[in-house]
Amino acid sequence: MSAFVESFRTAAALVLDGYPVLWRTVRLSLTVSLTVCLIAAGFGLAVGVWLAGARFPGRRALLLILNTLLALPSVVVGLVVYLLLSRSGPLGSMGILFTPSAMVIAQAILVLAVIAALSRQLIADSLRDGGDQLRSMGGRPLVCAALMLLHERWAVATILLPAFGRAVSEVGAVMIVGGNIDGVTRVITTTIALETSKGDLPLALVLGIVLLVVVGLINGAIGVAHRAQGKAMDFAR
Amino acid sequence: MTSGTPMLRVDGICVRYGDVAALRDVSLSIECGEVVALIGANGSGKTTLLQALHGVVVHTGTRTVAPSAKAQSMVFQRPFMLRLSVWHNLQLALWLAGIPAATRASRATEALQRAGLSELRYRQARALSSGQQQRLALVRAWATRPAVLFLDEPTASLDPSAKKEVEALLASFAADGMTLEMSTHNLGQAKRLATRVVYLDRGTIRADLPTDRFFGEHVDGDIELFLKGGLTTWEMH
Repeated sequence: MSAFVESFRTAAALVLDGYPVLWRTVRLSLTVSLTVCLIAAGFGLAVGVWLAGARFPGRRALLLILNTLLALPSVVVGLVVYLLLSRSGPLGSMGILFTPSAMVIAQAILVLAVIAALSRQLIADSLRDGGDQLRSMGGRPLVCAALMLLHERWAVATILLPAFGRAVSEVGAVMIVGGNIDGVTRVITTTIALETSKGDLPLALVLGIVLLVVVGLINGAIGVAHRAQGKAMDFAR
Repeated sequence: MTSGTPMLRVDGICVRYGDVAALRDVSLSIECGEVVALIGANGSGKTTLLQALHGVVVHTGTRTVAPSAKAQSMVFQRPFMLRLSVWHNLQLALWLAGIPAATRASRATEALQRAGLSELRYRQARALSSGQQQRLALVRAWATRPAVLFLDEPTASLDPSAKKEVEALLASFAADGMTLEMSTHNLGQAKRLATRVVYLDRGTIRADLPTDRFFGEHVDGDIELFLKGGLTTWEMH
């Protein structure tokens, strides 16, 4: 128990002293995860709109694959991206293995599946409600599906949150393709894994708390926005 | 196009939902400026016939649309409003209908004035009352200047005062010469608004008569029973 308390005490001291390794790691984690979310949101929402709005042969099979990708093991993605980016791999000439770019690619694959699958479901549900009306007004299927993203923008925000959560808390893939190089590709999760294995619990603990605070802040922001919108609706009534 | 000119025609159309035949060998011709009320019990095929006339349901048989009747719109029983302001809902409908940007603002303003919703233009459309939402849905369709406007039980879930307002709006559309096709359970409404009544029973047309003849003449047993169930003696005479 005393070791646990002591770890917390040292963790607090690290934060108060502005321990440079801590903030460098946090900054890299957030930069990589936000980049991942931006890229994956762009592609994932487009895929979600396309799969919800378009009708083509093989669509059901594609949906099955997409839903399966939701449970994609991150180490498998890490391994595949590693093979692609390694010197002897097809993309080896890019020379980005063990860089933040490789981490972004691996995480984007993981997060894209989440955003695409959840946004497709969200849009499909909305189209069941109002799709006939929008088509009756002259909307083409893909336009109607895209409009549903605007209609469900707050729900889209709540899809992007777990997507960011998955990116920032991911460890397997970034460890493989990033290599956990100090000052280059060491992020919060890989630092926690490393420091815990070394027995340096205070740094691991403070990084864990930072991780929770970051996700909590984003969740809180979306909650506040939701409530603000609800209040606006109530006021308008 | 003058009154009496055929705008829309369906011949021998059949619609099936799985094992259920919703429409069986239905033929109907709609002329310019008519207000046609489709009446019948629940499940008689009124909504399906509206959808078949509008061309939004898969059917066998033929559907012929005059060039002047290509612009069509449909208002549903439960209006679907995007989570946007009243003004933006109108603007989007006009954009979907391909109305040039230069005329959208004037059209939307005119539509709001017609529905008596000018004061509420910046309010969230979903925060309006049911009656206001239905009026907005009607003028949203009207603003696109459709040659034919389809209405699926437009006053079904409204209180008497909202019903009256919606009926007044529909009467003004009809007075402007717009062709209206509406399904309704409200026989009094059919009598007040329609120029022609089509009675459906189990997916077939059992009667197709001018309104005064439908409600004034001796009609066969089933129809008479249906009318007695829905009309008071005062409304019938």
